[in-house]
Formats: sequence, structure tokens, C-alpha cells
Amino acid sequence: MGLARGHLAVIAGALVRGIEAAGDRGLYLVRMSGMMTLLLLRSVARAVTPPWRPRPVIRQIHFIGARSWLLIVVSGAFTGMVVALQFHDTLVRFGTVSLLGSAVGLSLVRELGPVLAALMVIGRAGSATCSEIGIMRIDEQIDALECMAIDPHRFLLAPRLVGGVICQPLLTAMFIVVGVVGGYFVGVGLFGISAGAYFQGMYDSVVWNDVKMGLIKSIVFGLLIVWICSAKGFLLHLNRDGAFGAEGVSRATTEAVVLSFIAVLFADYVISSVMA
Amino acid sequence: MKRINLELGVGLFLIAGIGCLAWIAVKLGDVGLLPDRTYPLNARFVSISGLKDGATVELAGVRIGRVSNIDLDHEDYEAIVEMTIDEGVRLQEDTIASIRTQGIIGDRFIKLSPGGSDVYLEPGEEIADTESAVLLEELISKYIFESDSGK
Repeated sequence: MGLARGHLAVIAGALVRGIEAAGDRGLYLVRMSGMMTLLLLRSVARAVTPPWRPRPVIRQIHFIGARSWLLIVVSGAFTGMVVALQFHDTLVRFGTVSLLGSAVGLSLVRELGPVLAALMVIGRAGSATCSEIGIMRIDEQIDALECMAIDPHRFLLAPRLVGGVICQPLLTAMFIVVGVVGGYFVGVGLFGISAGAYFQGMYDSVVWNDVKMGLIKSIVFGLLIVWICSAKGFLLHLNRDGAFGAEGVSRATTEAVVLSFIAVLFADYVISSVMA
Repeated sequence: MKRINLELGVGLFLIAGIGCLAWIAVKLGDVGLLPDRTYPLNARFVSISGLKDGATVELAGVRIGRVSNIDLDHEDYEAIVEMTIDEGVRLQEDTIASIRTQGIIGDRFIKLSPGGSDVYLEPGEEIADTESAVLLEELISKYIFESDSGK
């Protein structure tokens, strides 16, 4: 009897500890998302109010956009080529190869262009942004900025947000154009579809609503990527898992990349379902 | 030298990106930067099943315009299709508008067949003779059930 009561107490204790841990985790998540939202609101507020400083924005456009062009061109070309290859294989079975242009155009403009360009930017610029700001946090450079009465939101985050929102649609557009050319190379060059059918099919089936959807997606993705990646670095000191050194930065960067991927795919679904 | 590189890089990137964006918007998205040299025409159909905004309007197989708006007449329960036709194309008042499909599984489009009248349609007027979309399913069910009842 006494043994059974002892067991019961142990089980109850474990249960309470489990619920406690879940509650603790929940509180932490709520707190972090609140901090990240506040950080976004503050940075957007600093970005839209004067004084504007164009030079850091230009530097960010250079870092996020101009230096990603080769990656975007290569991935865009191969995406267009593989889409054309796969669609050609399917369309041949139905005897409607002339639809290749519209298939490539629609899939690139609506879905593949915005999403894949965003994933490329996360890998190239997002991770670098997170680790850069994270190292500034553990080096106490951000505290130093605050000591000198320099607002880190205006100094560090606002130019990145503006740069990301400007660069992402442009990179997406480049991705789509290169993808269309890649599809042309495979469809017309390799499989011998008529060039007129390829382009006319594309012009006829892609409408302004598709282009608008791709554009809105890319702007939202740009904002999400820069926000999540810089917030993860900026709030590194709130990370409870400790390891405030190199390990902390690497963990924050990993989390930022994973969270950005999920956020982009989630936002992609939401925007598609709202606008379709 | 480094500064020039930065600015040159950003400038080239912006030019290339905006160029691509402009191509997508103008060529693919059909955003008319120049005023369109088109005029509107309407047509009523009993059913337009499958026809979408932006579908092409063809005459003799040549693309002469596109569908700009689709609406429902709430009194007659008919579909009102607004088309924009290229400026140079004049259509007789007994032109026939029919809804056709490209291939078997292709997009729906409007085929115009010229009439023989001397009177031409003015912008905003309505094409009187229309042929609705042919629904393969309806045809088949008609064939099956009518041949059943005939026996």
C-alpha cells in the first residue's frame, strides 16, 4: 500500500514537472514572438521615418541583391530547364506539346520563381545577416551602439529591411526571366517546339493576376527573410540554451534559416490560397 | 575603386532587375504602358463554361483581341462577355461569336466568324449571334438518355 502511494507521488510529480516544462516553453515562445514582433514594428517605423540614410541601404542592396545574381541566374536557368523537361515528358503523352510555354511560364511566375529565389536568398544572405548581427551581439557591439545613443534599429535593421524588400522582387524577376530562357533552350532548342508556340502560349496564359501574385509573394518573402534572420541574431542574448559564444551564433543561424524556410513556405500557401 | 565597384554593382543589378520586372509585367502580365488601341464589344452567351478573363478572341485563327470582363445578367441569367478588339479590325453586325476549345484539353477562346452585312459594329455594341460553349458531358448525357427514351 505504502509502495503504491509512493509510486503515485512520483508519477504525479513527473506529470506536474511535464506540464510545468510545457508551460515554461509556451511562455518563452510567446515572449520571443512578442519581442520579434516589436523588433519588426520598431525597424519598420525607423525605416519609414526620416532621417533616411541611403548609403547603408545601397550597401545592403549590394550584399543581398547584386552579389546574388550569379546564384539566381544559375538556379533560375536550371529550374526553367528542368520544368520544361518534365512538362515536355507529360505533355507529349497528351499530344499537347504546344502548351509547354504556358506551363513553364505559369509555374515560374506563380510559384517557383518567388519561392526558389527566396530560398536562395535565405541560404546566401539570410544566414550571413543572422551570424553578422549575432556576432555583434555577443561582442557587445550592439550595447556599445546603445551607449553611444545610436539606435540599433535604425542603424542595423532598417537598411536591411529596406534592402530586402527592394531586392527580393528584382531577384525573383531575374529568376523568372532566366527560367523562361532556360525553358526555351530545352523546349525549342532540344525538343524542337516552335518558338512562336512557346512564347505565344506563355503570353496568352499568364495574366496580370499571376504576375501580381508573384510580386506580392516576393515582397512578403523579402520582408520575412530579413526580419527573421536579423531578429534571431539581434535577440541572441535572450536565447535560454546558453552557449553565448560561437555555438550560440551557430545555433541562432541554424534556427533562423529553418524558421525562414518554414515561414516562406507557409506564407506561400496562405498568399496562394487567398489570391487564387 | 572599391566604392565605384559597389555603386556600379548596385546600379547594374537595379537596371537588370527592373528590366526583368518590366518584361514580365508588360509581356507576360499585359500591363498596357502605352494607351491600348482597342475598342470594346459585348456578347451574351447562355453558357460560357470554362472561359476565363484574358482569354483570346480570334478571327480566322488570328488573335484580334481578348476577353476583358465577364459578368452575369441577373434578369436573363445570361453571361455578358466584354471583349477588347484591336483598333484596325472592323466587324459586321451579323458577326457570330462562338466559344471554342484549343485542342481537346486546351484553353477556351472566342471565335468570331465574319458576317455579310454592310453595317459595322460600333464600339460598345453587342454581337447578336452567339454560340455557347459546348459541354462534352452534356452532349454525351443527351445522347445516352434520349436514345434510351426513344426505344
